[in-house]
Amino acid sequence: MAKVLMKGNEAIGEAAILAGCRFFFGYPITPQSELLEYMSLHLPKAGGTFLQAESEVAAINMVYGAAGCGARVMTGSSSPGIALKQEGISYIAGAELPCVIVNMMRGGPGLGSIQPAQSDYNQSTRGGGDGDYKLLVYAPASIQEMVDYVQISFDKADQYRNPVLIAGDGVLGQMMEPVEFSSQKATDLPAKDWATTGTDGKRAPNVINSLYLDAEELEKHNIHLSEKYAKMKENEQRWESVGIEGAELVIVAYGTTARIARSAMDNLNKQGRKIGLLRPITLWPYPEKAFEELDDATKHLLVVEMSMGQMIDDVRIVNEGKRKIDFVGRSGGVIPSTSLVEEKILEILERSE
Amino acid sequence: MVSERTILAGFGGQGVMLMGQLLTQAGMIEGKEVSWLPSYGPEMRGGTANCGVIVQAEPISSPVVEGNATSEIMMNLPSLLKFEEDLEPGGKLLINSSLISEKASREDVEAYYIPSSDIANELGDTRVSNMVMLGAFIEVTGIVEPESIFQALEEKLGLARAHLMDVNKEAFSLGAACVKEQRK
Repeated sequence: MAKVLMKGNEAIGEAAILAGCRFFFGYPITPQSELLEYMSLHLPKAGGTFLQAESEVAAINMVYGAAGCGARVMTGSSSPGIALKQEGISYIAGAELPCVIVNMMRGGPGLGSIQPAQSDYNQSTRGGGDGDYKLLVYAPASIQEMVDYVQISFDKADQYRNPVLIAGDGVLGQMMEPVEFSSQKATDLPAKDWATTGTDGKRAPNVINSLYLDAEELEKHNIHLSEKYAKMKENEQRWESVGIEGAELVIVAYGTTARIARSAMDNLNKQGRKIGLLRPITLWPYPEKAFEELDDATKHLLVVEMSMGQMIDDVRIVNEGKRKIDFVGRSGGVIPSTSLVEEKILEILERSE
Repeated sequence: MVSERTILAGFGGQGVMLMGQLLTQAGMIEGKEVSWLPSYGPEMRGGTANCGVIVQAEPISSPVVEGNATSEIMMNLPSLLKFEEDLEPGGKLLINSSLISEKASREDVEAYYIPSSDIANELGDTRVSNMVMLGAFIEVTGIVEPESIFQALEEKLGLARAHLMDVNKEAFSLGAACVKEQRK
């Protein structure tokens, strides 16, 4: 298939339809509204159902219903809208249903701004709703990668019976890049024999539920979920590392920020520095294994985020005090500049020389 | 190889975003690496609009054009005041002189003054002001072939608006001619 030039939000919509998504429930919000617009126009043509709900809370509960029926279903929003969906997301995780949620992050807290941010890292990776649950969280850095991960997200959601979150930001939602669509659907997914599809009087009813009145039964359920998350932690960590061999400093950044960091890295390496980049693609499970690849020569880690610093906590956990960790970032919707990252790196290196 | 990092800015309705998209699509048609990043906000017709476009051979890391622009197309005065400092020394600055009477304040950039709104009005269609500028821009930078821009425009207009191709092509060539004249 030839490359086409598309906005990130629209490309996600097209990728979802190609991945077999047939239900979309959402409520518009900048900077992700084009996803709804695209779905409203194209999903019905593919035989699917698009519905603009009366609120984000309604939308996520429609997702809960459709997922319970075994449908491939998606919702999308941006930061405050995703905050509203947390109750439903917790229910869906508790009931072990597959769905894909897209968050094109904008500045917060509260209604915040409409410009790009990454300040929902904690909300995404810590379980924004109640209870012991985890989402599988992907943070693509280009529109092509976002498209590729839409297919992966639906397949992983089915494989683990778990909600999957695609964590983008205003830049990735709004920008245009050439993108190529290909359909490589996983073929070995388990049958959805748990779905409420009607018994035809031939089997016992399937029950979709997250309520356990017996505490010990709920604990058993939580242990089961925990074992599932352990499997995800073992098998689903993804990352990209560039130039980490012999690097004096490695930048840790994801999504749009990783691209800005990459530009800073390239500029400095042209001047004779040895800077590397570690880009987490999964935010949960956090790519702990990536840090095992780091060189002994690397004494410094620089975390760059479009927030006041959230992922830095995970870097601290996995680092276990081995290397010095610094942070630079902008927040509220301000995009950190390449020169800001370069200046911070030089400051760190000069300090240690 | 050349990396063209362009800021295009004006007020809503001047076709600034479209101009950026045509340039991006033309680059893609030629197999180059491209990105188009719009400013977005509570914007409307008459409000400010700008986008950053990168066209180059190497894969694009940061899609943000800020402080490192190699060229700029400024369609109104607030844009020029805001973005002139983002141009690299030696960068190319295209100014819509129909609406901007000021000259470039920097001497280390290559400025061109294109009365694009007047040229468009003379053609009888004020909407093609952006194509005048794009013609001038391609003449100055040579970053893509004019044919690629036309192909991108043809795809954008579709069959229903294919009759608009001629006036757009004319606007494009008048913009290019304007640059040739200034280079003499």
